[in-house]
Amino acid sequence: MSTSQVKKVPYLLTTPGVLFFALLLGAPMVMTFLLSLHSYDFNTGIQTDWTIANYIEVLGDPYFQKIFARTFGLSLLVTVICILIGVPEAYVLSRLSSKWRSIFLLIVLGPLLISVVVRTLGWALFFGGNGVLTMISQALGFGDEPVSLMFTFTGMTIALVHVLVPFMVISVWASLQKIDPQSEDAGLSLGASKMTVLRRITLPQAMPGILSGSIIVFALTASAFATPAIIGGRRLKVVATAAYDEYLSTLNWPLGAAIAVILLLANILIIVSYNKVIERRFANIFE
Amino acid sequence: MSFLKFESLTKKFGDFVAVRDMSLDIEKGEFISLLGPSGCGKTTTLQMVAGLLTPTSGKISLDGKDITETPPNERGLGIVFQTYALFPHMTAIENVSFGLEMRGVAKAERIERASNALEQVKLGQFMNRYPKQMSGGQRQRVALARALVIGPPVLLLDEPLSNLDAKLREEMRLELRILQQDIGVTTVLVTHDQEEALSMSDRIVVMKQGDISQIAAPLELYERPTNTFVSDFVGKTNLLKGEVTDNNQVSVNGIKFEVDTKMHKQGTRIDLSIRPEKFRMSNDKKGQEVRVDASIFLGASWLYSVSSDLGQLFVTQPNTGTAGYSKGDIAWLDWQKGALTLFEEAAS
Ligand SMILES: Nc1ncnc2c1ncn2[C@@H]1O[C@H](COP(=O)(O)OP(=O)(O)OP(=O)(O)O)[C@@H](O)[C@H]1O
Ligand SMILES: [Mg+2]
Repeated sequence: MSTSQVKKVPYLLTTPGVLFFALLLGAPMVMTFLLSLHSYDFNTGIQTDWTIANYIEVLGDPYFQKIFARTFGLSLLVTVICILIGVPEAYVLSRLSSKWRSIFLLIVLGPLLISVVVRTLGWALFFGGNGVLTMISQALGFGDEPVSLMFTFTGMTIALVHVLVPFMVISVWASLQKIDPQSEDAGLSLGASKMTVLRRITLPQAMPGILSGSIIVFALTASAFATPAIIGGRRLKVVATAAYDEYLSTLNWPLGAAIAVILLLANILIIVSYNKVIERRFANIFE
Repeated sequence: MSFLKFESLTKKFGDFVAVRDMSLDIEKGEFISLLGPSGCGKTTTLQMVAGLLTPTSGKISLDGKDITETPPNERGLGIVFQTYALFPHMTAIENVSFGLEMRGVAKAERIERASNALEQVKLGQFMNRYPKQMSGGQRQRVALARALVIGPPVLLLDEPLSNLDAKLREEMRLELRILQQDIGVTTVLVTHDQEEALSMSDRIVVMKQGDISQIAAPLELYERPTNTFVSDFVGKTNLLKGEVTDNNQVSVNGIKFEVDTKMHKQGTRIDLSIRPEKFRMSNDKKGQEVRVDASIFLGASWLYSVSSDLGQLFVTQPNTGTAGYSKGDIAWLDWQKGALTLFEEAAS
């Protein structure tokens, strides 16, 4: 084979994969984007004109602004709670003997094996007006009022945290695995207490895992659909459910497409800039 | 009175005995090496001194105080770990000042003392680098400065030079020894490198499968090993099997020669050790006739592999500036009576 032929090999080999993604991921995205540039008429449907009116409408309308604010507030809150729960969980996991570790790892990752819809419906049963939560509250004597977390921000947060905490655990766990256990011994030998070693030596080294876990959790929350749809319903819309409603209830596909495109862009923007900050901060420290 | 004292120190992992009934007295300011092959329990011993492992039984005392149960963060010992175990998220100076911070030293003083410690190990201009931005040798020095800055009563070193290249390792040996003598800190070094142990220590403890095999000063250990394990592990040697045939005489493969010791009874099977450099190799037909099988030039010396009626032998001869023997040459080996060391064959 001549060198020019050799050079072509990698391209030829990746062609099937590239085509596959171009077709199944790229094409729908381009089509969604193109769709978002048409206007919509309630009598005649989608027009053939080109306009950015949909974007102006979404960005200018307080109704949509509130939905976007709610979505990112939710994402932030879920991320923070996932850090608070996932980091200690991963730390405890890394301290267990290998037998217990595999058992607990299975428990932690177990939820990922169940469909999101099934899990969320479970939460719905738990949260609902005559659900388990109400029964518990009545049994404990907090009055006969039904307690419901359905269609509340709290309910949505709890259900999403439950779904997403495993991602944080895996990511933090992976970076805890990379820590040289002798660096903790070194901390002890220099006079630090166990708590100080954890705070000053172990946690900072787990930081890359916490940060990448945060990116995953944030992105997945911002684009989550099933959980907000079931727990939040129509009363508490997030961006994904709002786009869905534009498509299927209002039938205003171009507006729905514009919402989806803005969500995508906002997500990319946030994640890329966050990643840049992390890279700059840790470039000299971790490989 | 000894400064650091082990009394019947034993560590078991399940049924496996990693360190068995080890007793040792270390003087103040002494440089002691624990030398032995991989897995013989050196690190385990060091970790017990550091408090990172609890002995199964036995006692460790420091300056007359029993520290067997003292947690590691209250022992105040300086440790350099095999992997250096620097804190990757801290710069060199932050690493070094960590121990001072834990001791409640004020920030200004902390920085001054840490920079002095880094100057001492010649890292003055690297203070603000992260470990990842430094070479292996530089990291090793940071680890050393970090251990020394707290003014520890005892410095524990776990194979601190094993990750360095040969040339740097030799330089660091010397530097470390000079630094240790300047400060006068009692030091325990763990190593599997006999050259390192010989060149740095006041005394060497040779370990074998959790037991102490011999304790001696470097020259003594090299010249008068008390068993075949030590003579083979410390330095290179030729081990021959023979039998005591008469007073002051042994026979190896039917060849008889004079020896010094009279401690062995006639008929005893013995191992006989002779170091490669104790031979004198010449053409003057005195001693044992040998044929050169291989000849390697090492710069300062020649290493020969020769065959003879005694068996295969290694011989080193100093380089005197003239050409050495080459493959196929016939030569004669001569040696002094005292060059031979005898061990009764282990009853195995
Ligand atoms: N936590 C442990 N559990 C079980 N066995 C162990 C443990 N730590 C060490 N050992 C065993 O104890 C023996 C001594 O180990 P140690 O680490 O002290 O060896 P070493 O002399 O330092 O060897 P090296 O030169 O390879 O570092 C080894 O056989 C090792 O397998
Ligand atoms: Mg070791």
